[in-house]
Parts: sequence; C-alpha cells; structure tokens
Amino acid sequence: MEGRFKLEIVNNTKIFKKNGKEFIALRDVTLQIPEGRFVSIIGPSGCGKSTLFNIIAGLIKPTMGQVLLDEKNIIGENGHVGYMLQKDLLLPWRTILENVILGLEVKGYKKSESEAKALPLMHKYGLKGFEKHYPRELSGGMKQRAALLRTVLYDSDIILLDEPFGALDAQTRLVMQNWLLQIWTDLKKTVLFVTHDIDEAIYLSDDIYVLSPRPGRLKTKVTVNLPRHRSEETMASKEFVELKQLLLNLLKDEENDSKIV
Amino acid sequence: MKNSAEIITDKTLFQKSAPVSTVVIKDEEEIKKKMKQATIVGQVILGVGIIVLWELLTRFGILDTYYWSSPIIIVQTTWIALTEGTLLFDIVYTSGSTIIGFILGTIIGACIGLSFWWSPLYSRISEPYLVAFNSIPKLALAPVLVILLGIGFGSKVMLAFLMVVIVTALAAFSGVKAIDYDLENLLFSLGAKKHQVFTKVVIPSSMPWIISSLKINIALALAGAIVGEFIASRHGVGRMILYAGQIMDTNLVWVGVVALSILSTLMYVATVYLEKLLTRGN
Repeated sequence: MEGRFKLEIVNNTKIFKKNGKEFIALRDVTLQIPEGRFVSIIGPSGCGKSTLFNIIAGLIKPTMGQVLLDEKNIIGENGHVGYMLQKDLLLPWRTILENVILGLEVKGYKKSESEAKALPLMHKYGLKGFEKHYPRELSGGMKQRAALLRTVLYDSDIILLDEPFGALDAQTRLVMQNWLLQIWTDLKKTVLFVTHDIDEAIYLSDDIYVLSPRPGRLKTKVTVNLPRHRSEETMASKEFVELKQLLLNLLKDEENDSKIV
Repeated sequence: MKNSAEIITDKTLFQKSAPVSTVVIKDEEEIKKKMKQATIVGQVILGVGIIVLWELLTRFGILDTYYWSSPIIIVQTTWIALTEGTLLFDIVYTSGSTIIGFILGTIIGACIGLSFWWSPLYSRISEPYLVAFNSIPKLALAPVLVILLGIGFGSKVMLAFLMVVIVTALAAFSGVKAIDYDLENLLFSLGAKKHQVFTKVVIPSSMPWIISSLKINIALALAGAIVGEFIASRHGVGRMILYAGQIMDTNLVWVGVVALSILSTLMYVATVYLEKLLTRGN
C-alpha cells in the first residue's frame, strides 16, 4: 500500500471539553483515500461522522492528527473540498443558477465566466429550464441536484457528501443515486459519502468504512467488488445481499460493543 | 409453490365509469376578479358613506360643528389654508423631517443591528443597553432635544430618527440571530472570507426582518416629527394644529388632522411599495 493517496486522514482525534468534562468525538481515525474512489462511511448517529467531515472541510481543527490533501497539510483551511449536507442549503433569495455559481463567485470568478461553466453542467445533469427559478419552486430532488452541482462546480477534486439523499423519498433517492454515479463517472471526482442506508452505501461505493460510536473509531473496511455500471438488478444480486448481511452484522456488533462499554 | 405476492392488473378494478353530470365549472380566476371588484366598490361606498353621515349629522345639529367641524367646512378651510395660509409648506416641512428621519433611522439602525453579527461578545455586551434605550420614551426627551438642537428642522429630524433607529436595530438583530448557522458554514466551507459571508448571507437573510419594521417605522417617525413641532417650531402641520388649538379654531385643527392622515396614508403606501421593491424574488 505504498501508492499515493489523494486524501489522507492520519490519526485524527477530536476532543471537546464542556464544564471540565472531556468528550471524545473521534479517536485515532485514519483514512487513506486513493484518487477517484467512491468511499462511504456508515455508522449509527453520534459516531462522529459530521465531526470528521467538518475537520476535512477545515471548519474545525482536530485535537491531534493530520489531514493531508495531495500530501499537503490542510488542517483548518477552508475551500479545498466541496461539502454538501442533507439540507440543500440553497440561498432562498438567489435563483438556481446564482446558487450553483456561489462557490465560483466566492473564489472571485466573473459572473459571465462562472455562468459559462455552470450552464453546460446544469443542462447535462437535469436542471435545464430551472436556471431562473428560485429554490422554493423546486422539488426536494431538484434542490439536491442544484446543491450537488454547486459542490461539483466548485472545482475541487474531492467532494464530501453528508447524507445528501437522507431527506428524499425512496423513488427519488434511487433516481438521485444513479444521477450521482453518472456525475462521478463523468467527472472523476473523489467522493467521500456518509449515509445511514446500507443499501445506498453498497450500491454507490468502492469502499465502505464502518465507524463505531462514542468515541468514533474506524474499525472495518469493506471493499465492494460488484462490477461498475450498477443498476437496480445489482441490488437483487446474491453478492449484494451477502454484503448487506455482512454489514448489518458489523453494525450490530458495534451496537453491542458500545452497550458493553 | 405459492407465490409470495399476488398481482392483479385488471382494468375493471381501477376504471369505473363516472356518472354523467351537468355541473357547471366556474372559472376560479373569474371569481377572484369579481371578488376584487366587489371589494373596491364596497370600500368606496363605506368611505363616502362615513363622510356623508358626518356631514348630515352636523347639518341636523346632532353633532356640534364647533367641535366636530364638518366635511364641507374642512374642505373650505383647507382651501383657505392652502391659498392664504402656509399649509402646503407645512406639509412639505413635516413630511420632509419625517422622511429624512425615517431613512436615516432605518439605515443606521440596520447597520447597528447587522454589526452584531461580527462579534458575539460585542453583541452580548451591547444588547441589554439597546433594549434599555428602546424602552426610554423618546418623546419625553423632546424638550431636551429642542434645547440642544434648536427649534429648527434638525430637532424634528432627530426625534423622528430616534423613534426609528433602535426599533430597526433590534429588528435587524433578530434577523441576525435567526440566520441558519449551516448557511454560514457552507459559505466558509467554500472558502469565503468573513466579509463575503456578511454580504452574501447575513445581509440578505436579515432583510425580511428589517423590511418588516418599515411600516411601523414610518408611523413612528411621523409621530416623532409632530411631537417635535408641538414642543417648539415655526413650521409644520403639528405646529399648525397646536396654534389652531390655542386660538380655538377647531376647523383648522381638523384640517391638520386630515392633512396628517393623508400624509401618513401616502407614506404607508410608499413603504408598502418599497417593501415590494426590496423583497423582489424573495
């Protein structure tokens, strides 16, 4: 495993202190992600997934450890990765187009320049005709598309997705998963994806990490060897079901462990 | 082997023939239009009715014109006040100090309220003082302001300004407190600097709060300007009312009251228009 990694999280520990009591959110988390991989992290709520993402996004600093992007330390630095949450966080007073180019605008691009970059993407990925609409006029799935395109357009090689489809209904979610896979294949980004949904994790990922709760630790890595170009049929395959069983058991173990501790 | 599910795809199950009906379907837009017309007609009838009733009651001596004047007398007195008196200039004077105080108070108040976003410590230290200052009856300070700034235009603008500024600051501060923290974080994650978060998130997202204080502000500013004129002034509708009261000219008092009502209605309408202008897209 000597190869270069796109993103390396080395021994990250995050401790919060409240009223003199220390609370460990993350303990010794190490992650090595090669370029272009689709990596999912699953685990029960409160296992520090969001803390980990906030550290990678530079919004908070780890108490110990390093975050390396292309072998450079980016601790506490914003703007290196695209970040998207379950909430679409579209600015309601901006049109969809204005929302999609927000990241470029912050970077100081000219309006015409960023629009020239955004429009082809919007047309290709299902937002044609919605450029001048406001977020409240769009369905949940469409809003998530816009939010994701904003993240993708931001020109970073890595995108962090924190349960992006968690609030969508099952049908829309499936459409969006395929849509995300399409974008990922086209644009060759490295994706770090957090979800509660085991099916979703298997369907989308190359690698799945299982995070244990309180304090959050990475315990198991599962590599998904299902062939790419996955479809609904993949979900019914024997391998898929076996993987699902394996992950369910792993999560159950985590739960039992945390009860004993 | 038994199937795990039973599947029926029979058309008869889902398509029942609907009974033939002769119901007339009304156009919803038509109904709305008619409703709108009826509203306007009703409003005009009510307004005219009140004025006619007022006139009739005074004609038949049920209301004493000495106290209640009458619509026709008010119109006549207004004409005299406009042509021989200084009513027109008074109206310009009062609306001038009101509008200037309103605009300054709103802008400066909004700036104060928004500035609290920059530092939580600074905002926590200042907030109780802001609330305390808001609870001072500013109108009671009017005599001090007149002594301080003189009986001219400045003291009227100052009173109108004071009436507005703290209310707006508190409204803008509420807006700041209600900002979605995740929106700020999103901007920071995109690498935005603090000033970019301020212009792209804080200002637009507090705007509705500031705007919602505008309608109250215009009424407050007008009250401030008029009280300023009551205390001491050479011009203005407020001064005219005070003067008319002192010489027992109730007709002229009524002229002033009507002028102020029209003035405040016009300003209210202008504020509503301003609101619409500012909330475009929202």
